[in-house]
Amino acid sequence: MSTATSTLPMRGWLRKDGRKGIRNVVAVAYLVECAHHVSRLIVQKSGADDVHLIGFPGCYPNKYALEMMKRLCTHPNVGAVLLVSLGCESFNREELRRHVHASGRPVDLLVIQQSGGTSRTVNAGIDAVRKMRAKIIEQQPVPMALDELVIGTVCGGSDGTSGITANPAVGRCFDWLIEQRAACIFEETGELIGCERIMASRAITPELGREIEACVDKAANYYRIMGYGSFAPGNAEGGLTTLEEKSMGAYSKSGSSPISGLIKPGDVPPRGGLYLLDVVPDGEPRFGFPNISDNAEIVELIACGSHLILFTTGRGSVVGSAISPVIKVCANPDTYERMTDDMDVNAGRILQGAELDDVGREIYELVQKLAAGELSKSEALGHQEFILTYKQFEPIGPACLPAA
Amino acid sequence: MIDNGKLPPLLLLHPDDNILVARRDIAAGERVDLDGETFTIPKAVELGHKLARRDIAADARVLKYGAPIGSMKAAVARGEHVHMHNLRSDYIPSTTRDGH
Repeated sequence: MSTATSTLPMRGWLRKDGRKGIRNVVAVAYLVECAHHVSRLIVQKSGADDVHLIGFPGCYPNKYALEMMKRLCTHPNVGAVLLVSLGCESFNREELRRHVHASGRPVDLLVIQQSGGTSRTVNAGIDAVRKMRAKIIEQQPVPMALDELVIGTVCGGSDGTSGITANPAVGRCFDWLIEQRAACIFEETGELIGCERIMASRAITPELGREIEACVDKAANYYRIMGYGSFAPGNAEGGLTTLEEKSMGAYSKSGSSPISGLIKPGDVPPRGGLYLLDVVPDGEPRFGFPNISDNAEIVELIACGSHLILFTTGRGSVVGSAISPVIKVCANPDTYERMTDDMDVNAGRILQGAELDDVGREIYELVQKLAAGELSKSEALGHQEFILTYKQFEPIGPACLPAA
Repeated sequence: MIDNGKLPPLLLLHPDDNILVARRDIAAGERVDLDGETFTIPKAVELGHKLARRDIAADARVLKYGAPIGSMKAAVARGEHVHMHNLRSDYIPSTTRDGH
């Protein structure tokens, strides 16, 4: 296998838990939909690109949502957090506040019902964000190495070109990152239906292989009950016919490294290597589709510590994300022509004779450039999509993360 | 290096495959190479779509990347479009905007 030799200087903000962030953002988090508008106004009126809006809309308690918010608010790319509560919702705001505080980050909590309503809370929020930004801007970044990076990959708007160009190019980049002991995460099990046996054979232990097969079975069962596979009309318009065909294309994002573990949303890879993220809830289907749109998967990859996301698209997705930058790898040369301003990499040129390795190398270098401070296209365009909904998970079993 | 004109318009992804993928939009009547023989494309095919590499019987497995991607609902002749109308999932049926 060829290798990508170039390494570029990267830098990160060192956090108390030893991880480093490639961004230093202030997260403004609403803890129920009723606090969404107030939080959005605080972000808008703060007028800075490094103030990001995240949140959970539900009023009912949910262990997964609390855990996800803890992971997101203490993500290495986050430097400080402002929590915004309406006041009567069931979200455990004090536990979240304590958790963020214990991580060494500046944190503030505003309760709208106690702060005197919309305008007063917005003003207090703008003030709080200004103070937190002033504090974290003083922190100096330190050098960062590839083995400190966590990179997630997702595909969205796949078509008949995705599995031939962008996905295998990301796979090549993953192989090189893993050689440098970075942690790379691919998903989602509902879009890997049909690949379970091939995937299991790449697991570092037979027990992990069995867990992977069981987890794809779980996904197939879940989607069958929901009545739809993870297959959108645009997939068919772009030439894909079946779920397993889409899966085979998606699977090539994983590259050829051995699979070191099977994790669930919020589990941070313990060391470098390739990890599969299981995003399908455990137990009987309860809260609807496992991932209602691409950004739900991106948020889960970020909750697992992903510093940045490699997003492959054939039809042409434009999304970015709060917290972690998203790199767009465009699979389809026609889409690239139409939507150049949104695309970081033209992987579709592989169909026109370019080498897979060259595109893989371009992505590999772009990862490092972003970790040196360069902005991705979606980031520069201000895309900061975020979505978090109800789910339920059991913790992973011991076979899922074998010792290295 | 990039010269679209000289590249074969149909892509064989794996030697075991019984379908080929269009590398670009191909017009009806265009003459292309299909396994070493000149073949006239019967109906326009779009970038990323699949054509039968050889005659495939009803219920036969379709192979892409060397892996099964479903079974034929109906027989298809060499060079014809393989898609929603004649290929079905062996796992979960695909849906379109019309609900089919």
